Amino acid sequence: MELNAKIPSGPIDQHWTNHQFEMKLVNPANKRKYNVIVIGSGLAGAGAAATMGELGYNVRVYTYNDSARRAHSIAAQGGINAAKNYQNDGDSIFRLFYDTVKGGDFRSRESNVYRLAEVSLNIIDQAVAQGVPFAREYGGLLANRSFGGAQVSRTFYARGQTGQQLLLGCYQALQKQVHAGNVKVFSRHEMMDVVVVDGVAKGVVVRDLVSGRIYSDTADAVVLATGGYSNVFYLSTNAKGCNVTAAWRAHRKGAGFANPCFTQIHPTCIPPSGEEQSKLTLMSESLRNDGRIWVPAKEGDTRAAADIPEGERDYYLERFYPSFGNLSPRDISSRRAKEMVDSGHGVGEMRNGVYLDFADAINRLGEGAIRERYGNLFAMYEKITGEDPYKVPMRIYPAPHYTMGGLWVDYNLQTTVPGLFATGEANFSDHGANRLGASALMQGMADGYFVMPLCIGDWLARVNPGDTPTDHPACKDAEREVKEKMDALLAVGGKTSVDTFHRRLGKVMWDYCGMSRDADGLKSAISQIKEIRDEYWQDVRVLGNGESFNQSLEKAGRVADFMEFAEVMCYDALSRDESCGAHYRVEHVDEEGEAKRDDENFAYSAVWEFKGVGEEPALHKEPLTFENVPLSTRSYK
Amino acid sequence: MDLTLHVWRQDGPNDKGRFETLPAKDISEHMSFLEMLDLVNEQLIDQGKEPIAFDHDCREGICGTCGLMINGVPHGPLSLTTACQIHMRHLEGATEIWVEPWRATAFPVIKDLVVDRSAMDRIIEAGGYVSVRTGAAQDANATPIKKIDADMAMDAAICIGCGACVAACPNASAMLFTSAKVGHLGFLPQGQPERYERVLNMVQVHDDEGFGNCTNHGACQNACPKGISVDFISRLNRDLVKATLTYKPYEITAV
Ligand SMILES: Cc1cc2nc3c(=O)[nH]c(=O)nc-3n(C[C@H](O)[C@H](O)[C@H](O)COP(=O)(O)OP(=O)(O)OC[C@H]3O[C@@H](n4cnc5c(N)ncnc54)[C@H](O)[C@@H]3O)c2cc1C
Ligand code: SF4
Ligand code: FES
Repeated sequence: MELNAKIPSGPIDQHWTNHQFEMKLVNPANKRKYNVIVIGSGLAGAGAAATMGELGYNVRVYTYNDSARRAHSIAAQGGINAAKNYQNDGDSIFRLFYDTVKGGDFRSRESNVYRLAEVSLNIIDQAVAQGVPFAREYGGLLANRSFGGAQVSRTFYARGQTGQQLLLGCYQALQKQVHAGNVKVFSRHEMMDVVVVDGVAKGVVVRDLVSGRIYSDTADAVVLATGGYSNVFYLSTNAKGCNVTAAWRAHRKGAGFANPCFTQIHPTCIPPSGEEQSKLTLMSESLRNDGRIWVPAKEGDTRAAADIPEGERDYYLERFYPSFGNLSPRDISSRRAKEMVDSGHGVGEMRNGVYLDFADAINRLGEGAIRERYGNLFAMYEKITGEDPYKVPMRIYPAPHYTMGGLWVDYNLQTTVPGLFATGEANFSDHGANRLGASALMQGMADGYFVMPLCIGDWLARVNPGDTPTDHPACKDAEREVKEKMDALLAVGGKTSVDTFHRRLGKVMWDYCGMSRDADGLKSAISQIKEIRDEYWQDVRVLGNGESFNQSLEKAGRVADFMEFAEVMCYDALSRDESCGAHYRVEHVDEEGEAKRDDENFAYSAVWEFKGVGEEPALHKEPLTFENVPLSTRSYK
Repeated sequence: MDLTLHVWRQDGPNDKGRFETLPAKDISEHMSFLEMLDLVNEQLIDQGKEPIAFDHDCREGICGTCGLMINGVPHGPLSLTTACQIHMRHLEGATEIWVEPWRATAFPVIKDLVVDRSAMDRIIEAGGYVSVRTGAAQDANATPIKKIDADMAMDAAICIGCGACVAACPNASAMLFTSAKVGHLGFLPQGQPERYERVLNMVQVHDDEGFGNCTNHGACQNACPKGISVDFISRLNRDLVKATLTYKPYEITAV
């Protein structure tokens, strides 16, 4: 597997400009002859599809959602970063670039990150022009806030619904192109495989989820904008439908998978309330600005919060990290919460959370001020838990939230399979080992609107349009494989439901490949995953048939892919014998329990090559160099 | 809690459909309504019966995918709350629960509780956008917008496109949904150039898709999980009248 990142030459602030000039262009009169398939209609997919349609290409979009507007990007709450420096607080493209590389704990590619910071300016302009109602100040200008521990206020937001408003902007632009006839959107369609002809991506196999029909669509380029894989843990903050199928199928067809073990655990989610819990809800991180995190100092203390005197409370983040305290970064806050719960200090009926207490803030600022700031969030919390956070402290616990790993892509967002591209959370490109808050939306929009539509031209200009008919043997083979897999799942006729298996897999991943990892645990996880997978294919029960709307069958296919994918995640975590960002190997910590990075041996992106189900994948390395942000150790003490 | 569910089962758009009575025993009050349905489905699978099909995705009230009539009320008993956010404790005291899909001509049933809402996409397609070429935008702060206008736009923009307003309306009108988009863009300077064309085209498609007329019942507003106000319908109507009277597609407005 060849890993040529195609980083442009010259000074970093010239890379994108030079590259844009050097790329080949498709003659406007010829654009209509080219077909592009986009899978996914989140920010990274809808933005790309709308823009490519506008440029004149023929675009077809597939999404499993019932409308393009419902892609998971809709759920993002907090905001989107951009280096606009509207607050005059010293922000700049370079600072956003610097913060992102450092925040990613030096495991991302400088050149891509620089471009992201550069393009962030255009994103906000674009969104505002589309009518995205960002928060404003009384003077009529855009408001900003600081987010996730950043030292500058560069986050733009639309109440607690930033993702929704940004996605609706993209969706509307997409629908306009649909109206104009440039884009066709196929909702309730799931991509099941990539069609590869002589090593080049030429199309996809999709399943119409309503009729069950399996068929191929071919094109001159395929873009995967299929989001992240946090649902490998079963419980996560992701929407129920989020899955790894598209990326995994691409991987099986030759696309390298980079850093799969880099997964982010968000510190402020509502803890599970029982065995039937189906997903976890995120409470915005902004709550940590005013809430104080604590647990009872005494192990196994079952008294109600109000009955625990001040002196018997352990404000552990303030204790460990006096300068950052409750605002310590996501990975650190999450890990410390787990330590507290694991050591018997958990709170709530199930002893599975820590307190986030607003009593001090309410005393200091008044209940009105707190209601003004967090009224919506408090109401949501009360709806879910039945507890009133104005009176009793909230209970929070970390939950899987975002996946930094993804398909390996070069500077053009092309995977190791020519003609196959990946954008947004589905690729690995910009966040290294840890993502900063409000940066995923930025990446989705940067990839979708500004990077993919230009880079795709450079690829298309080199290919002969429309050379693969849908009855090509490669299409027929891929269709047959998909059909066989569906039939096999239906034929097992076992006793155990798909969800039961998914829960079991999720538990193994959470226990051994979650917030902290060690070699023995990971090895055991690999063998447990194999067992669960074998059992799955002998005992899963999927009812109904493949020729109709069948949600169990949809789930069964996705979980089957998770079961193969989970193993690579563990291999990756095992081979990365260092701690960095969200990847915390208990063997590699300093005296104070902080992650210890090993730049000498691990300053690379790990890119895995598929060698067969259950076979150990092959590791390839893309070395990372840091010429603009000097390597340094994070410290939040 | 021990409950008896009456769930609408329908094999496809051409099947007549019927209620099926199913027990739901030992339900924890902490469970969400959809988790309760998950549990019933697990039991059905155990018994070798096909699980109930229902739509959902985010399960936190933002994607607009879920949509159920719970005891005859769109999204169930709690105001400003989607079906996925209903927890069993909110149904305290209930022993029988009726669960049905959205019912409207424009929303054909796909299976059980799942309906096809693509007609709403086509309403947006007809004009629910600002035409702006990617990369052609001016600086985001070049045009200040009064906070009150931005806030009003946001009040309309938070519509999640769930279709509860249609299900609630005796005429199965989607006017609340349509007016939310017309309102959102109409409050902003960016939305002005296409304002009247937009309202004409969106309302035209709304009617063509088989949604009914709005006769001011207000049931939509009560059902809406996002609190979209019927005032937006009045606003739409004013724009529509103005558009019908004055809008000429090819009028030259400036020289
Ligand atoms: C609760 C929550 C809050 C968040 N808040 C923030 C925030 O405040 N700021 C921030 O920057 N980030 C936030 N994030 C992260 C951010 O929302 C996501 O990373 C980002 O939206 C991903 O966008 P995307 O376009 O890459 O993918 P998605 O929006 O996930 O879209 C994926 C698309 O792919 C489709 N798809 C997937 N697989 C297939 C298949 N096999 N066939 C067909 N279609 C398929 C889906 O239908 C969907 O349309 C948050 C995430 C969560 C979970
Ligand atoms: S107006 Fe309200 S009820 Fe109607 S689609 Fe929008 S959010 Fe749903
Ligand atoms: S499932 Fe998303 S709003 Fe209910």
